[in-house]
Amino acid sequence: MASQALIPPATDTETDIGTTQISLFAVPGMHCAGCIGKIENGLARTPGIASARVNLSAKRVTIQHDPTLSPPDLRAAIAALGFEAEPLADPGVDVAAAENRMLIRALAVAGFAAMNIMLLSVSVWSGAEGGTRQMFHWLSALIALPTVAYAGRPFFRSAWAAVRQGRTNMDVPISIGVALTTGMSVYETLIGGEDAWFDGAVMLLFFLLAGRCLDSLMRGRARAGVAALLKQSAPGAMLLDDSGQSRWVAASALRPGMMMLVAAGERLAADGRVMEGDSGIDIAFLTGESAPVRVRPGDLVQAGALNIDGPIRVVVTAAGPDTVIADIARLMEEAAQGKSRYVRLADRAARYYAPSVHLLSALSFAGWMIAGAGAHQSLLIAVAVLLITCPCALGLAVPAAQIVACGALMKHGVLVKDGSALERLAEVDEALFDKTGTLTLGRPVPRDLAGLAAEDRAVVLALVQGSRHPLSVALRQALEGEGIVPAALTDLREQAGEGMTGRLGDEAVALGRPRSLITLFDLAAEYRRGDRAVLLRFTDALRPDAVETLADLRAMGLKTLIASGDRPEALTEIARQTATTAIGHLRPQDKLALIERLRASGHRVLMVGDGLNDGPALAAGHASMAPASASDASQLAADAVFLGDRLAPVAMAVRAARRTVRVVKQNFALAIGYNIFAVPLAIAGHVTPLVAAVAMSTSSLIVIANALRLKGAAR
Amino acid sequence: MTGLTVLIPIALSLGLLGLAAFFWALGSGQFDDSDGAAARILIDDDE
Repeated sequence: MASQALIPPATDTETDIGTTQISLFAVPGMHCAGCIGKIENGLARTPGIASARVNLSAKRVTIQHDPTLSPPDLRAAIAALGFEAEPLADPGVDVAAAENRMLIRALAVAGFAAMNIMLLSVSVWSGAEGGTRQMFHWLSALIALPTVAYAGRPFFRSAWAAVRQGRTNMDVPISIGVALTTGMSVYETLIGGEDAWFDGAVMLLFFLLAGRCLDSLMRGRARAGVAALLKQSAPGAMLLDDSGQSRWVAASALRPGMMMLVAAGERLAADGRVMEGDSGIDIAFLTGESAPVRVRPGDLVQAGALNIDGPIRVVVTAAGPDTVIADIARLMEEAAQGKSRYVRLADRAARYYAPSVHLLSALSFAGWMIAGAGAHQSLLIAVAVLLITCPCALGLAVPAAQIVACGALMKHGVLVKDGSALERLAEVDEALFDKTGTLTLGRPVPRDLAGLAAEDRAVVLALVQGSRHPLSVALRQALEGEGIVPAALTDLREQAGEGMTGRLGDEAVALGRPRSLITLFDLAAEYRRGDRAVLLRFTDALRPDAVETLADLRAMGLKTLIASGDRPEALTEIARQTATTAIGHLRPQDKLALIERLRASGHRVLMVGDGLNDGPALAAGHASMAPASASDASQLAADAVFLGDRLAPVAMAVRAARRTVRVVKQNFALAIGYNIFAVPLAIAGHVTPLVAAVAMSTSSLIVIANALRLKGAAR
Repeated sequence: MTGLTVLIPIALSLGLLGLAAFFWALGSGQFDDSDGAAARILIDDDE
C-alpha cells in the first residue's frame, strides 16, 4: 500500500478530453475565498488554459488546458499566482471515495425505507387489522426486499469473504440476522400472520450503515488531508534527444541512457548521473538532512531529489521500479505486513459474540420445540432472539467513538488515518524517536536576527522571496512571521551557488555564501550592503516543546528512546536535554531490526520519524506518527500525521487514543448490558416488532451519546 | 379506507422524489467540496 503513490503509476497525469487535457495539482497553500478567486481567475487568464476549478476541501486544482502545456508550465503558472503546487497522479482511480459514495447511497436508501416502513408499522401497532394490516405488510415487503438487497450488500459481501476464509467477523451475525428476519417476515406476510419484522431489519441496516459511513468518512477525510500534503515525486521529465530537441516525457516512459534536463526548482523523475552542470540538490526525503548536497558532473542523484540552484543534465541510470526510492518502498511494504495482521477491537469482540448469539438462538428454538410450541412459533422466537441481539449498538459503538475522537484530534492538527490506528496507538508502551526532523525541526532556523536593523530585514526579505534555497526559505518564514514588509529592490538576480544580488536605490545589496568565515558545523549566510557585511547563522533547533513532550510520555508510562542515523557525538546534547537514551549510526535496516527486537521482547512500539530512512521503521512499528514536514513515504507509512512545529500532538494523540478505547469498551459494556436485559424477554417470546424497534433505537442512541463525550478528548 | 389508496402512493412517491434528488445531488458532485462551497459565496466577482 505504501508504495502506491511513491512510484508514479503507469498512467499519465493527463487524460484526453477532446482537444484539451485535464491535469490535477495539489496546492496545500489555499485556505480562503481569496485564494480560490485568485487561482481560478488567474489561471483562466493564462494562455492555453481553458478553465480551472478549485476543490478547497481536498486542496486541489483541476486544470483543463491545451495539450502543449506540460506539468512544469502549469506549475509555473500557479507559482506566478503565489502558490506552491505539485502535480498529482491519475485522478480517476480513487477507490476509497468510490466506496464511501456507495455506502452513502446505501444509507440513503435504507433511511428512506426505514422511515416509510416505520410509518406503516406504527399503523399496524396502533391497531390496524384484517385487510388493512395485510395490505400494510405487503407494502412493507415491497419496500423492504429491494432495500435489503441493495443496502445490505456491504455486509453480505464482507460476511461471505470472512466465512469463505473460515473466519468470522461482525458482519456474519448481521447478515444472518437480517436475512433470516426478512425471510421470516415474508413467510408471515404470505400466510397472513400477525407480526412482520421488516421495520426491524431495515432499521438495523440503517443504523449499521450509519456506523460504516462514519468509519469510511473518517478514513477519507484524513487521507485527503495527507494527499494534499504529499509532494509527489516528479511525474515526468524534460528529455533532450540527440538532435538537441527537448520534449516532456512521463516518468513511466523513462529508460536508462536517456538524457534529462532538470531546471532549478524541479524534482528528478529517475535515478541518474550528472553529466553537465553544477548545482545543489535537496535529498531531505532520503536522508532527513536539511542542507542541500552539492553535485558535480559524475555524481549520482536519486529520483525525487529537488534540484535547487541551477539547471543540470542528468543521464538516467534507473527508472520506475528500479530506483532507490522504489527499493525503500518495497522494504516498507514488507515491514507493514505485520500491521495488517492486527485484529480490530470490534472483530475481536465478534469472535466471541457471533458464536454465542447463534448458539443462544438455536437453543431457544430447541427449547421451545421441546416445550411443545410448534415449529412455527419456535422459529419466530429464534428469529426474535437473532434480531434483538444483532450487534446494532456494537456496530455503532466503535466508529462513533473513533470519529468523534478523530475529529477532535484533527482540530488540534493530528490527522489519524483510520480507526484501527487509534486502537493501536492506545496500546503502545514504548516510543522511539528519530532525531533530525522529528525531535528537531529538520530545517534551518535563523539563530538570531538581532544583527539586522529593521530596514535591513526588509531588504533581506525582498532578496530571499524568490529563492527556493532552504536558507532563503528559513529567512523568509522567520521574517514574514515578524510581519516585515519587503523592500522594493531592482535588478534582483539569483546566481547558482553564490546567492542573490540586487540594488536598493543605488546601493548594492546581496545575500550569499559567507566570505569572511568558513564554519564546519554551522550553516550560515552573509548579508552584504555596500561594504558592510552581517553573518547570519542557522541551526537545526529542537522542537519548542520536545523536552516536555518526552517527559509527558514517560509520565504516561511509555519508555522513550532516540534512534538516529546521525553521529553519536551529534546526539549527546539532545540526549542530555531530553534525559533519553540515544542510539546513533543506525541505517534504515538497523532501525527496523531494533523495532523487531523490542517487539520480540514484548513491547509495542510507537515509532515517530520523518525521513525516508525511517519509512520501514514507521511501517513496522505497532503504531507510528510522522510530522507533516516528513517525506512522502513516511507520511504514507505513518498511522497519523501531525501538523506544526510542536511535538505535543504525539502525547496528545496517545492520550486521546487511550480515552477513545476506554469509551469504546464502555460502549461494548452498554451494548452487552442491553442484551442481558433484552435477550431473556426475546427467549421468553415477549419481543414484538414494537419492542424490538424501541430497544434497538434506544441502545443506539445511548452509545452515540456516550461517544460524543469524546469531543474534548484532544487536550 | 379509500383515502389510503390515494394517500399512500402520494406519500411513497414524495419520499422517492427526495431520494432521487439526493442521488442526483451526490452524482453531480454537490458534496465533493463543502469547504469550497462555503468560501465561494465570499468571492467578489468585480475584481
